[in-house]
Amino acid sequence: MSEMTPSQQESRHLYWRKNLKIILWSLAIWAFVSLGLGIVFAEPLNNLSIGGYPLGFWFAQQGAIYTFLILIFFYAWRMNRLDREFGVDEE
Amino acid sequence: MSLQVLSFIVVGATFALYIGIAIWARTSSTSEFYVAGKGINPVANGMATAADWMSAASFISMAGLIAFLGYSGGAYLMGWTGGYVLMALLLAPYLRKFGKFTVPEFIGDRYYSRLARVIAVISLLVISITYVIGQMRGVGIAFANLLNMSVEVGLFSGMVVVFIYAVFGGMKGITYTQIAQYCVMIFAYTVPAVFIALQLTGTALPQIGLGSNLASNNTHVLEALDKTLVELGFGPYTGLGGMSQMNMFLLTLSLMVGTAGLPHVIVRFFTVPRIRDARKSAGWSLVFIAILYTTAPAVGAMAMWNFIATVQPGPIGSPDGNVKFEDLPAWTDRWEETGLLAFEDKNGDGRVQYYNADNPDFAPIAASYGWEGNEVTELDRDIMVLANPGIAGLPNWVIALVAAGGIAAALSTAAGLLLAISSSISHDLLKGVFLPNISEKSEMLAARLSMVAAILVAGYLGLNPPGFAAQVVALAFGFAAASLFPALLMGIFMKSLNKQGAIAGMLAGLLSTLLYIFLYKGWFFIPGTNVFPDTPDYWLFGISTGGFGAIGAAINFVVAYLVSRATAPTPEHIKQMVEDVRVPRSS
Repeated sequence: MSEMTPSQQESRHLYWRKNLKIILWSLAIWAFVSLGLGIVFAEPLNNLSIGGYPLGFWFAQQGAIYTFLILIFFYAWRMNRLDREFGVDEE
Repeated sequence: MSLQVLSFIVVGATFALYIGIAIWARTSSTSEFYVAGKGINPVANGMATAADWMSAASFISMAGLIAFLGYSGGAYLMGWTGGYVLMALLLAPYLRKFGKFTVPEFIGDRYYSRLARVIAVISLLVISITYVIGQMRGVGIAFANLLNMSVEVGLFSGMVVVFIYAVFGGMKGITYTQIAQYCVMIFAYTVPAVFIALQLTGTALPQIGLGSNLASNNTHVLEALDKTLVELGFGPYTGLGGMSQMNMFLLTLSLMVGTAGLPHVIVRFFTVPRIRDARKSAGWSLVFIAILYTTAPAVGAMAMWNFIATVQPGPIGSPDGNVKFEDLPAWTDRWEETGLLAFEDKNGDGRVQYYNADNPDFAPIAASYGWEGNEVTELDRDIMVLANPGIAGLPNWVIALVAAGGIAAALSTAAGLLLAISSSISHDLLKGVFLPNISEKSEMLAARLSMVAAILVAGYLGLNPPGFAAQVVALAFGFAAASLFPALLMGIFMKSLNKQGAIAGMLAGLLSTLLYIFLYKGWFFIPGTNVFPDTPDYWLFGISTGGFGAIGAAINFVVAYLVSRATAPTPEHIKQMVEDVRVPRSS
């Protein structure tokens, strides 16, 4: 492992802070949709409906899973871009 | 052709396929044996991970669980999928960058401690062994109920097949077999679901069908189900009430964190070539899992609707609204033979009544109908998936396919667990702790021998299941959530967390979870030794034993942080290692 210059170290820290920010936002959506819309707010949401499903029920049994999928692929795409921006991508 | 012969042909053909793959994918190095030489394409890896993750419980039991829980069943759907987000964002890319073979290996290196590694191995063994018992049992039951063979014969055939492809093929053989098993499993799950959705709603996609109108009377499936269940004294299907909102919240969170901490799933992300593949591979796993998990709610609700329609074809309360005993369809006879379904004519009217006899508000209504008790005296949840093709009147080859699918689900999960067990013994205990100078060839032999031992132990426990087999699954998730997940997460995101903190945290998380479960389920699950009855009135702050994993994880985090603050700081070279794991390109 070679020694890093101060500017390289600065760039690594910035990369990590940006990564943390993306993770925090993604996890906020993750928790809000599943634990929030699917459980905590399910009762009032059930007065609305989507495609014939009560909305709260739909989030708990369908919508949360679709949201998880979008989040993982978004994160993979966003991080691959961030890796290139900071020149830390593989090969 | 009889159902029996057809089933043998279908199941036999899948077994031949698995063995063929095993011969093609033999392994020769430890890297191939433990992590398939880190050469698996992310989409293929996602499919294999999906098969690894979806066990007999997902395939056979989950839709039944949802059918009886209704809305609250969402806890299992969200819990078992939401964990993949945690894995993809918080663990997979970093553990792949770390680039070793097992989960305890990361914990041992990151916390520069053999003790930490041994604690991780113990958690891994408890989690994986309890989990594998259920799988072996699932293979036996699928054989017994679907193929009319004894549980023993089913279990032995399953053990032999796993033995061939797991012992010789290692992770490489297991991965390629799991891809085939995923295809068998998903085909077997979706074909009956599509047929039933078409019959009931005229819509082929079960995910859309569940929100559509019933073809018969133009009301929404879910509305009609709510109404019928309420008229029979049950709670509405889409209503809250299956469990308290707090417990649903905690159970969901515990299952999410537990899923992310399961070692046999985490290790799958060690098998892809690059870090960007590890990020993507978790997404592909979830795509393949979601195909089954978004179908399951429709399977559960529609099976419930079909079952009630079978028993209650006419208006509720009218004297001839219920089916006559002699008119029960043929599929019920088959399941009565297995003991999973039973009827009893309590009021002697020659007809079957199914209603909620435990609801005191409904008792006077039932009495006014002349009903004297629920006459479906046994209705096993597992029937909902297994009998589905029969209920819908589908041809015999679909029933044979469901048998092959259930067996594929159980075998693929068992193989992944057996590999996690054997590699933690040969790589973490033998090479890591007791015999550091062991050669690669001897380590391979040790890995294969411990795999053989693990298969024998799992087979024995599958034949003679401890009475608590079903309950320990809660323990497996609780352990994964309370011990491994926090240690892995803090290992990556908290550079300052030291050896003492991690060890104290893992022990506190493990022991508190174990204590809480034992208090309500009995010491070491021995019936009658529980301190408190396992009912909501006695739970601490009303927290169920299944939902305690999230609390155990929180205890782990707090204890680890406090102990770490009070003891010597992490050495510089470890901090450097963590820095390095955080960035994809090696410096």
